Amino acid sequence: MKDYLAETASQTAGPYVHIGLAPQAAGFNIFEKNFSHVLTNSHTQGERIVVEGRVFDGSGTPVRDVLLEVWQANAAGRYNHPADRQNDKKLDEDFRGWGRTCSDFDSGVWRFDTIKPGAVVGRDGRLMAPHLNLWIVARGINIGLNTRMYFSDEQEANETDPVLNLIEWEVRRNTLIGKREQRGTEIVYTFDIYLQGEKETVFFDV
Amino acid sequence: MSQIWQPRELVHRDYDSHPPAFAPGYKTSVLRSPRNALISLQNSLSEITGPIFGAKDLDPLDNDLIMNYAKDGLPIGERIIVHGYVRDGFGRPMKNTLVEVWQANAGGRYRHKKDKYLAPIDPNFGGCGRVLTDENGYYFFRTIKPGPYPWRNQASDWRPSHIHFSLSGESFAQRLITQMYFEGDPLIRQCPIVKTINNDDAIRTLIAELDTHAAVPLDCLAYRFDLVLRGQRATLFENRTQGAV
Repeated sequence: MKDYLAETASQTAGPYVHIGLAPQAAGFNIFEKNFSHVLTNSHTQGERIVVEGRVFDGSGTPVRDVLLEVWQANAAGRYNHPADRQNDKKLDEDFRGWGRTCSDFDSGVWRFDTIKPGAVVGRDGRLMAPHLNLWIVARGINIGLNTRMYFSDEQEANETDPVLNLIEWEVRRNTLIGKREQRGTEIVYTFDIYLQGEKETVFFDV
Repeated sequence: MSQIWQPRELVHRDYDSHPPAFAPGYKTSVLRSPRNALISLQNSLSEITGPIFGAKDLDPLDNDLIMNYAKDGLPIGERIIVHGYVRDGFGRPMKNTLVEVWQANAGGRYRHKKDKYLAPIDPNFGGCGRVLTDENGYYFFRTIKPGPYPWRNQASDWRPSHIHFSLSGESFAQRLITQMYFEGDPLIRQCPIVKTINNDDAIRTLIAELDTHAAVPLDCLAYRFDLVLRGQRATLFENRTQGAV
């Protein structure tokens, strides 16, 4: 073991994480190019969706200083990364698959503007249900929390998803399903995250 | 059909070198830590891939915190270089990793609309920067050494001087946020956030050392801070089940 290097220890992102990762949310402009919660441009392939929610603490209070990142496949179910060799699926040059968002300081609502991902091949060669990979940091969170959002209108795929089926407490699987609704012209999936308590979201050690 | 499984699975995370989620000495963690155990996944493509960043995402001055917000002069404080290498657990350089940093100014005041500490804002200091590691995993910043600041945990708690670091790695499962401290700071051993880590070796890896060899004479001092992300191991034997080619 001594030949291997230990991973650098995690520390909380703290209440001012926005300064470094989203300076405009902290209240100032510094970089010419900013990362954002919008993953698409006008050429991106796929169904436009909004993913929106709040993060709640153990008392049911919205966490207003949270920062989330999303990582997802494109509409064909392929990640924009060289380790993804699903060569039968087309890469989309107009989709990096990554975005960053912060909750509103008053309401606690966060949002991504993205596309619905296709299904990705899992370890055993079978398809995983379409999903978003989410990473959550904030004051009071000592190490970033990983979770997944699945889609309420993919019930059949969800039932055979290898990761959802790892969760032996079937009642907890529902905490990973984003609920689809039409809101005006937008398709919105609502995904609230509960850090602690009765409705606690499933978090993964990836 | 394409080959679907690549030999890039990550070595599992060693939680002995990380803080637990629930660490009551750091009060905010009490209501923001899950009560259930994490559910462990074997890596799929969703975990071993992650966003790729390139030079086009950044501007050349982004890693110079002394100049990147200077309006009518230079910021006040100790001029320093912070530099080092990002490697994985096998010692391999982590190339093209996005390193983002943020910090308070020399007096311990953050440029953030929620920071009401009475120490003043420095009009010439923003407090954030970013850079991509090169082919050797090397990165460097230039900045002002941040001051300690008080915070509402126990009423007398002060954070040691620190710089927040965020690293992207090559895969989403390597994503890491941490904090860098400065050699010799007596506040380190009193800090409830440092002490969420129950492992002295792990704490030592967060303390940057004074590096006079990298200092620029009559200009600025330097600190050396190396970081390690989780290793990706080669698959020596591959299991191919039916359906996977």
